[in-house]
Amino acid sequence: MTAISTSGLTKRFRGGQLAVDHIDLAVPHGSVYGFLGPNGSGKTTTIRMLLGLAYPTSGRATLLDVPMPDGATKVLHRVGSLVEGPAFYPFLTGADNLARYDAADRTADRATARARIDEALDRVGLLAAAKKRYRHYSLGMKQRLAIAAGLLRPRELIILDEPTNGLDPQGTREVRALIRQIAADGTTVFVSSHLLAEVEQICTHVGVMRTGKLVFQGSLPELRRTGASRVTVQTADPEAAAKVLTGLGLADATSAEAEASAVLGDASPEQVCAELVQAGIGVRGFAVASPSLEDLFVGLTGEGFDVSG
Amino acid sequence: MSAGRFYASELRLVLLRRRNLLLLAVTAVFPLIIGIALRLAAPHPEGGNGNGVAFFNQLAGNGVFLTFIALSTLLVLVLPVVVAVVAGDSVAGEAGYGTLRYLLAVPAGRTRLLAVKYGVIVTYALCATFIVSAVALAAGAVLFPVGPVTLLSGSTISLASGLLRLLFVTLYVAAAMAALGAIGLAISTLTEHAIGAIAALMILVVTSEVVDNVPQLAAAGPYLPTHWWLSFDALLRVPVDTSTLLRGLLSFAVYALLFGSFAWARFTSADVTS
Repeated sequence: MTAISTSGLTKRFRGGQLAVDHIDLAVPHGSVYGFLGPNGSGKTTTIRMLLGLAYPTSGRATLLDVPMPDGATKVLHRVGSLVEGPAFYPFLTGADNLARYDAADRTADRATARARIDEALDRVGLLAAAKKRYRHYSLGMKQRLAIAAGLLRPRELIILDEPTNGLDPQGTREVRALIRQIAADGTTVFVSSHLLAEVEQICTHVGVMRTGKLVFQGSLPELRRTGASRVTVQTADPEAAAKVLTGLGLADATSAEAEASAVLGDASPEQVCAELVQAGIGVRGFAVASPSLEDLFVGLTGEGFDVSG
Repeated sequence: MSAGRFYASELRLVLLRRRNLLLLAVTAVFPLIIGIALRLAAPHPEGGNGNGVAFFNQLAGNGVFLTFIALSTLLVLVLPVVVAVVAGDSVAGEAGYGTLRYLLAVPAGRTRLLAVKYGVIVTYALCATFIVSAVALAAGAVLFPVGPVTLLSGSTISLASGLLRLLFVTLYVAAAMAALGAIGLAISTLTEHAIGAIAALMILVVTSEVVDNVPQLAAAGPYLPTHWWLSFDALLRVPVDTSTLLRGLLSFAVYALLFGSFAWARFTSADVTS
């Protein structure tokens, strides 16, 4: 049982560009799944296909075990979503905008609409601005109203596409707290982001996209495990130190100015240190470091501004 | 039911939107202006000059005819513009605001959304047409004498029968506008720019009207979307010219069905990228 699962999901745009390339997503029930990737890596296109807004070129997708896009009208009312930023009528108030989306939902109960709208607005802290026109909302308020639309009724799954885009640090914190709250209620949260820090703080699972391909998927500890710890020695004689490290069977030994390092692997750091000293290397400093998630992320997605594809 | 709630919500949105209200107000002003202008220029019952205005000679004798004058005058441009604004905006406007993706994610259902949108267009067209008739009837009653209606064929019917015929004329015009609305809906599914859809529809209307007036292209006439709009005068004869009337209604039905199907095929198969 997965909240979202896809197999071989592919989207080729009319121009021939492969936006999403055979991805197999498996989002466990109750998880907070971070869907990571640089801008333009296919995250939003994937989300559009999950929600039945865009049709896949090939492959399958299911939402709460209902096939999409055919099951759209059967399952989407159990799913809240924020896709590519908020969108509302500027001339309506926040509450009226929510009422409009609620009226479009054939399974929503008209009698409870008012109460549900107030509750959703309250949850995102917009109750006081309920009667204000959307046009006068700040960016953060717009974003929160979009999240409120996703909370108009109890959902089993919430899909949030870049929910903190354009928010100031305080707004970002608020949204993060909200996501934690939603997840605490047992709702599965699927949140896309190009910001690793965001995902690291709230997610239990991650999927990493790069140029339309899913290059990693698993729990956060699993992602950490993919990064090899390195041992770094500070010494006046880095080349000799690197030789000793290689001699101990450590891979990828490198030496730089006053420093040598290698992948620790299964070796014990204590032993490595002792061997270095025994080999007559003057050890000034000795450290074992695991790569940061950011290093892993950049390793998976590529560095810098080169938009691949 | 729930479809009723969605329809009511969308209708309220369209009817209460300031721009659309203003358009309806403008539609209401026209019959007044026409009525006052014609009253000032009215010929005396014993010797009129027609000035080329249809039903003009009848107007002097009966204010009811102001409704037919107003409808035929406004059908040239004003009513089509009013309908085009709402129809062209229907889907393209949502796409432009980005609200379309959220409506579909609700899920509103693509077919259901389109049906509700078209229902609202038809209702709005009906409102606009009936406003013209109602205002023109009121103005005609104030500005001109009212009594038994002398039809175009020369026979006279009671005022009540005359008003019944006016109701049918208004419904006929509303049907014409509903068919135009279907074309507008179809164009609206093709773009994210409401103004583009509205302009395209108006260009279509004007082109059709121009082509319809070129004698060399008379063979194409009956197939043009605007050709049968003014044929409501078939109702103002005894006996009623039913064959013209039915051909007109058939034309509207075919256009509505054709473009409605196109809109559906397009809207249910296209990716929403806005």
